Amino acid sequence: MRLVLEKRAGASGRMAILSPLIAIALTLITGGIIFALRGLNPFSALYVFFAEPLTTSWSVEQLIVKATPLAMIGAGLAVSYMANVWNIGAEGQLTAGAILGSAVPVFFPEFQSPLTLVLMLALGIAGGMAWASIPAFLKNRFGANEILTSLMLVYLIQLMLDWLVRGPWRDPKGYNFPKTIAFTDWQLLPQFQVLPPSIGPIYINLGAIFAVAAAVALAFMMGRTLKGYELRVQGIAPRAGRFSGFPREKTVWFCFLLSGGLAGLAGICEVMSTVGQLQPGISPGYGFTAIIVAFLGRLNPIGALVAAFALAISYLGGESAQVALGISDKTARVFQGILLFYILACDSLILHRLKFIGRRPRLAEAEA
Amino acid sequence: MNDQVLSVILTIITASTPLLLAAIGELVVERSGVLNLGVEGMMAVGAVSGFGAALMTGNPYAGVLAALVAGALLSLLFGFLTLTMVANQVATGLALTLLGLGVSGLMGEAFVGQPGVHLERLSIPGLSGIPFIGPILFGQDFLVYLSLVIVAAVSYMLFRTRTGLVIRAVGDSHQSAHALGYSVVGVRYLCVMFGGACSGLAGGYLSLAYTPQWVENMTAGRGWIALALVVFSSWLPWRIVVGAYLFGAITVMGFSLQAYGIGIPSQLLSALPYVVTVMVLVLISRNRALMRANTPACLGQPFVPDR
Amino acid sequence: MDYLLEALHVTKVFGSLKANDDVTLKVKPGEIHAFLGENGAGKSTLVKMIYGALQPTSGEFRWMGKTVTIPSPAAARKLGVGMVFQHFSLFEALTVAENIALAMPGAFDMRKLSGRIARVSRDYGLPLEPSAVVADLSVGERQRIEIVRCLLQEPKLLIMDEPTAVLTPQEADQLFITLQRLASEGCAVIYISHRLEEVKRLCHNVTILRHGKVVANVDPGRETAASLARLMVGGDIHVVKSAREDRRGAARLKLDRLRLPADGPFAVELRNISLEVRAGEVVAIAGVAGNGQQELFDAVSGERSLAQAAMLVIDGKPMGHDGVNTRRNAGAAFVPEERLGHGAVPAFTLSQNVVLTRHSSDAALVRSGLVSSGGAAGVSERIVRDFDVRKGKPDPEARSLSGGNLQKFVVGRELDRRPGVLVINQPTWGVDAGASATIRQAIVDLARQGSAVLVISQDLDEIFEIADRIAVISRGELSEAYPASGLTSEKIGLLMAGAHEIRQTSGKETAHAARA
Repeated sequence: MRLVLEKRAGASGRMAILSPLIAIALTLITGGIIFALRGLNPFSALYVFFAEPLTTSWSVEQLIVKATPLAMIGAGLAVSYMANVWNIGAEGQLTAGAILGSAVPVFFPEFQSPLTLVLMLALGIAGGMAWASIPAFLKNRFGANEILTSLMLVYLIQLMLDWLVRGPWRDPKGYNFPKTIAFTDWQLLPQFQVLPPSIGPIYINLGAIFAVAAAVALAFMMGRTLKGYELRVQGIAPRAGRFSGFPREKTVWFCFLLSGGLAGLAGICEVMSTVGQLQPGISPGYGFTAIIVAFLGRLNPIGALVAAFALAISYLGGESAQVALGISDKTARVFQGILLFYILACDSLILHRLKFIGRRPRLAEAEA
Repeated sequence: MNDQVLSVILTIITASTPLLLAAIGELVVERSGVLNLGVEGMMAVGAVSGFGAALMTGNPYAGVLAALVAGALLSLLFGFLTLTMVANQVATGLALTLLGLGVSGLMGEAFVGQPGVHLERLSIPGLSGIPFIGPILFGQDFLVYLSLVIVAAVSYMLFRTRTGLVIRAVGDSHQSAHALGYSVVGVRYLCVMFGGACSGLAGGYLSLAYTPQWVENMTAGRGWIALALVVFSSWLPWRIVVGAYLFGAITVMGFSLQAYGIGIPSQLLSALPYVVTVMVLVLISRNRALMRANTPACLGQPFVPDR
Repeated sequence: MDYLLEALHVTKVFGSLKANDDVTLKVKPGEIHAFLGENGAGKSTLVKMIYGALQPTSGEFRWMGKTVTIPSPAAARKLGVGMVFQHFSLFEALTVAENIALAMPGAFDMRKLSGRIARVSRDYGLPLEPSAVVADLSVGERQRIEIVRCLLQEPKLLIMDEPTAVLTPQEADQLFITLQRLASEGCAVIYISHRLEEVKRLCHNVTILRHGKVVANVDPGRETAASLARLMVGGDIHVVKSAREDRRGAARLKLDRLRLPADGPFAVELRNISLEVRAGEVVAIAGVAGNGQQELFDAVSGERSLAQAAMLVIDGKPMGHDGVNTRRNAGAAFVPEERLGHGAVPAFTLSQNVVLTRHSSDAALVRSGLVSSGGAAGVSERIVRDFDVRKGKPDPEARSLSGGNLQKFVVGRELDRRPGVLVINQPTWGVDAGASATIRQAIVDLARQGSAVLVISQDLDEIFEIADRIAVISRGELSEAYPASGLTSEKIGLLMAGAHEIRQTSGKETAHAARA
């Protein structure tokens, strides 16, 4: 028996919707098997991991906190990957945004006004864009592979962050800890109460609103505008894209600046909310997990928004499973990796159908 | 002074070997037309498997074997997705890296802080004792020699044997190779697994010889540098040796300068290999004619035979 | 043992399509046997089964009287079947000898093999340099590699799939000599073609296929080209009506010493190309594939920018620096050779594909940055109606259409704009006779309404059918454009071979061409 793929006549619309769901189901089954092998009851373990994060208002709040950067970055990456521009250095652009935005409170700690907030966010976006513009430039000018350059730049900016918070930007009153001064007032994102206390007070910060706005705006761009049409054509048929008169270099710039800017925004928002100051390890790998988010969302910005929640659950689930079941919080990253594998496998079923076939016919020369 | 030079050279060799192993494996994979961006992940799993197996058996060679097998198994997963399921190679490679880093972190939790088993250096009576030259030529661990043997073997295989010709043919035009009756997918599976085994070995070298301990993310981007080295080599095996030793030297130079306490931030020196990688990529890619002449024409393209 | 190969009631089904339906035919040793049929008649499917690349759904093959199954090309080669594909199965980055070694079983000895290649290629008049890299070779030379590759295995049956489609007439003559010599040595040749004249000239026996069925088996010597054509198409062929009148107007498209550097190590450099296409005329550029046609199309369409604006003039306006959309807005339209992936996005629906080339010229399709899907659907419906595009669904994906129907759509999308200048590369490549006729007629009609049309084609029959003037491209250089009425295929063949080769050819041949 051999397993072969057969091209479908056209894309299967049913599989396009089913594929992420099948991938999630397969991940849950695999997860259950892993738990069972470790001697845990797979059902209760899966419940702790994937359902508990949805049960209390605190954990839903945390879910939104974690989903915010994932959705923001994931939506940008989805657009970028759709256009066949492989920015995988979002983690670095996130860090660059966080650094540049943090320059405001570091250099002007007394500067407190609504303008502080705006300035920090703008610099965050600019930082991400600036860092993303390096691989874009190298790609366009020299043809250097953007996958490798954007990734190398992650290591660079992280080392730079390390140097800054241990050296020139360190809080002098911070007992030698590698971090800047704590941000206050207008240096932090405002919070909003979205549900009344009767249901359970849930607060979200400005970042979550940005994330939703970004996903909706990008989905509109991809679906309805000529720009979106241009990006999609370049992604699936580069030659047709050139024939259509869309310059490739501009697309590389556009995608890197867009996804880099959103990653930078995510970075500064993290610093201005959850973390509250600049320090190493501001992100638990959001920039990399967002790659999974983009694919789970089928490279659709709204899909990325939904997918961000699925991945955020795995982060929170990892934490609660550590407490309740004593299993490592690193399990979450393994689940994320497995999920991405299943998504990619299921996606090829949209254009192909699986077929089991018997052995190939043997060479049989009948000596008649 | 002589001792210092000697120790620097020895460190350069140990720093270069993992890059060399990973890159020569990926070179064969890419020659067959497959782009596996999961080198970093396979190295991480190789490192943790090798470390664990050596720790449990007390035998570093068991560790080497475990690293090799772990890398090959993980690459098989990549092969199934990209070759059988025809998934996007770039995305699947990224997935392999994310999964590999995650799995290695999980597997390695128990090993953190444990003293590792060191892969000893050979000592050939008479030869290893020759001053200066002895330790360099005759006093390395066996993987250093193996890595060079692999390069020689790959170079011979690719350009002097039918096997190598078939691999290059599959990478140049999978349609033609298929039309001539070659199993494109079969050849690619074997190449992908060879690459996985080499990456696993490279990871094992890190945790058994370079720094015999387990630290999460200890591969530190070396898998990606190995990928850049393949581009640097323009897919010619012996150039990988040049590139790998160049990068080894740059890495060690950073450490050595730190040791001298020169007033440069340590982060800047640690950043050196990454900066150099970007610069090398730019320099190589600038020569588009060279790039295009040697790049396997089917690199990264999925293959589905017609009916 | 009378027959070398017999196919008995062979049927091949792909899904719901019967590619071959109860095919029975017999090939004798030493016979040149033509398979004649339109695109899609099932010729390729049949020979792929003989070559072991496909398996029949039912029916059987007999080889020298014995029933055989041929599970793979390797098994076919073992029997003694060799095949030269229309799309060569060559490896561009490898040498001639390496390409041949890949198809040869047994010990791996490159030096010995190189010697054999040199010998066989000399014996059969197919000169080849074993150490040359394929990428540097012309199409004709590449075909020689394929043939030598087969000959080295001393085949009893050689299958040639449309071999002359990529050759100059002179190269084709040389090929015929080789094939006749092979046949005289007892090797059977299956010769796939849709060119009637050469089948009449070369072949001993013709099997004609239509819609997967054998409709006739005749002696080509006793048929006329017209009777063969009727059998092939199943009716009379539509003849393009082109009232050739010399009423040419002003030059609408002008190439003036156009130069374009090579885009890579294997690409062609365009040198000093000058040409004028006037209102009301169709100018065709003939040439063997790979002599700069693609580069010329890219340069004229604006996919690659030119060094000087004056190198390309559209309606009096220098546009060498302008992109493809600016040229479209100036009234030009372009149809590339490759339908899927260049002329159309395979995964997009027809209406989405309308936007591809018309987003900047049709105000109704894009309003303030937003794509109007209703507007695109309207245009798409009009094209489908005017050009008789057959499709299964209201708005199907481009890749689900047959070659002919998609080509009608892609051509129709440009003609629907009533362009002043049309540049079209290989208008009917791989398209069935019905669609070809529709497309050719539409091209000629456009010119007669006052547009300038530039056709790039490898198909000499097509060129003679529609062109008013003909120029020939060879190694990136373009000949003068001659009036079609004063040209013969021999003259074109000499131009195709390139000026410097003409000087090398014997005076006899030149004299022959001059007389013709």
